[in-house]
Amino acid sequence: MGIRGYGPDPAEAFAQAALALTSVVTDLELVAPLNMVEVHCELDDPELLLVDWLNAVIYEMATRKMLFSRYKVYIDGPRLKGQMWGEPVVVEKHQPAVEIKGATYTSLRLAEDADGRWMAQCVVDV
Amino acid sequence: MQKTRLKRKSECEWHIEPFGDMRVPAVIFASGDLIEDMDDKVYEQVTNVAKLPGIQKASYAMPDAHWGYGFPIGGVAAFDPDEGGVISAGGVGFDISCGVRTLHTGLSREDVEAVKEPLAEALFRSIPAGVGSRGQIHLNPKEMDDMLEGGAQWAVSRGYGNKNDLIYIEEKGCMSGADPSAVSPQAKKRQKDEMGTLGSGNHYLEIQEVVEVYHTDTADAFGIAPGDIVLSIHCGSRGLGHQIGTEFLRSMVLAAPGYGLRLPDRELACAPINSEIGQQYLGAMRSAMNCAMANRQIITHLTREAFSRILPRAELDLLYDVSHNTCKLEEHDIDGVIKSVFVHRKGATRSFGPGHPDIPEAYRSAGQPVLIGGTMGTASYILCGTDETMGHAFGSAVHGAGRRMSRRKATKQWKGRSVVDDLHKRGIIIRSPSLRGVAEEAPGAYKEVSEVVNAADEAGLARKVARVEPIICVKG
Repeated sequence: MGIRGYGPDPAEAFAQAALALTSVVTDLELVAPLNMVEVHCELDDPELLLVDWLNAVIYEMATRKMLFSRYKVYIDGPRLKGQMWGEPVVVEKHQPAVEIKGATYTSLRLAEDADGRWMAQCVVDV
Repeated sequence: MQKTRLKRKSECEWHIEPFGDMRVPAVIFASGDLIEDMDDKVYEQVTNVAKLPGIQKASYAMPDAHWGYGFPIGGVAAFDPDEGGVISAGGVGFDISCGVRTLHTGLSREDVEAVKEPLAEALFRSIPAGVGSRGQIHLNPKEMDDMLEGGAQWAVSRGYGNKNDLIYIEEKGCMSGADPSAVSPQAKKRQKDEMGTLGSGNHYLEIQEVVEVYHTDTADAFGIAPGDIVLSIHCGSRGLGHQIGTEFLRSMVLAAPGYGLRLPDRELACAPINSEIGQQYLGAMRSAMNCAMANRQIITHLTREAFSRILPRAELDLLYDVSHNTCKLEEHDIDGVIKSVFVHRKGATRSFGPGHPDIPEAYRSAGQPVLIGGTMGTASYILCGTDETMGHAFGSAVHGAGRRMSRRKATKQWKGRSVVDDLHKRGIIIRSPSLRGVAEEAPGAYKEVSEVVNAADEAGLARKVARVEPIICVKG
């Protein structure tokens, strides 16, 4: 399954890509942004950093049994701080379709278009 | 995929001669129709794998091959460590040792029909399934390491099932060479609540009826006949395997330049088998294989408990348990020389022919059972390895139907409720925590499994033995 996020800068494109990740599992509007979780990643290569960020989100979803519907990403050189807001999975409410196993390096791309808009994308395994 | 890009060697065997950096040819086993339906990405990926160091004979794609990450899903490739051969996390997949286990029940269709609804409900209540589900078994750090070393043998020692079960699991339920210390604390944490859970997506537990037998002698050896009721479980190594795949894919991507590996694509990340990362991955991956076999063993135990409440006279004995996302050290004839090679099977089932010592004694003269999962509305198949099998793709065959439609497209085309209702009218009960999940898994979203199986049979990858159709399906 391919996911893609757009934003005025890489950080927002990363956050939007994470929203796309959630929408693979459930409808975003069903997830209340109640509790915040923060993660940190660090890597020189911005594209590989995207995969690290998405895998950090997947890990928090899997171990906390939570879904997230709001993301904020801060990127400072190789360092990324990500905040995500969500709530515990309630099967009856969220009807989650599928677990995400991991983000891959397939179709991995972080690029700026002529209008200055950033796109962050990769394929996730479900 | 355009057939003109391939050289047809036989009805179901197509070759791509080496070009560019390819070290060996690529071979795709499929019918003409399946080739036409196959994603062009399979061509790209199967030829990219042929460029990796130490690859032996050819890079293979099975009839159900589709676009994966790095290796195609349905990809098979073997590497010799003495020739600089590599091991690839993307060549195994995230769901390490995902597989299918089939059990006899000793029941007839009438037995099941009499209690169909309560049985479906009992199974649904007993086996945690779907996103966010938690198992009832929580392992402390010592028990986690014991499980990762012992696999299904550990599970049986803990009272989940019996010793007889182990005879009918690949590697007798325990993959040797596992190294729990190579498994990160994060991977172990991700597994903490997931022992004995089915997972989601295409994972399932099904009660099935044997509707057709194609090869009576082999079916007799496997103990199945038309009208028999069997039960199949499809799931893998859960969060632990996913995390190991994630972590080693990353470390292999970062380490590849240091090993001097010129990769055609970053997603093909791999490491020399004899390198530190290669050895760590082997130890971690084998631990995940044990986790998957332990998981299916625990689910078998939970299934038996559910049956004991509803249909106590059922006898749930193992027919066989196969894994289809693995890398195993095996001996194969490479151009007349017997060599020990690491065979990656990603979305491909081992399919050893008659006489192979790794096949349980009861089946040895017949060949290894090859269990192929279909969809909840069509059928699954039981095949077996043949004498011919070992000469193709290192004794490997297909693993399932393979998707023909994306999940997104499927939810636009079908509603989960109508899929459940339509199947109910056909006598198939579906129990799932997620109707959206059911829509994504609608039978029409998959290729016709019989085409895939027929191509495997025609190509000599495995021989058709029996067709089974679903009666009850618990979907993850």
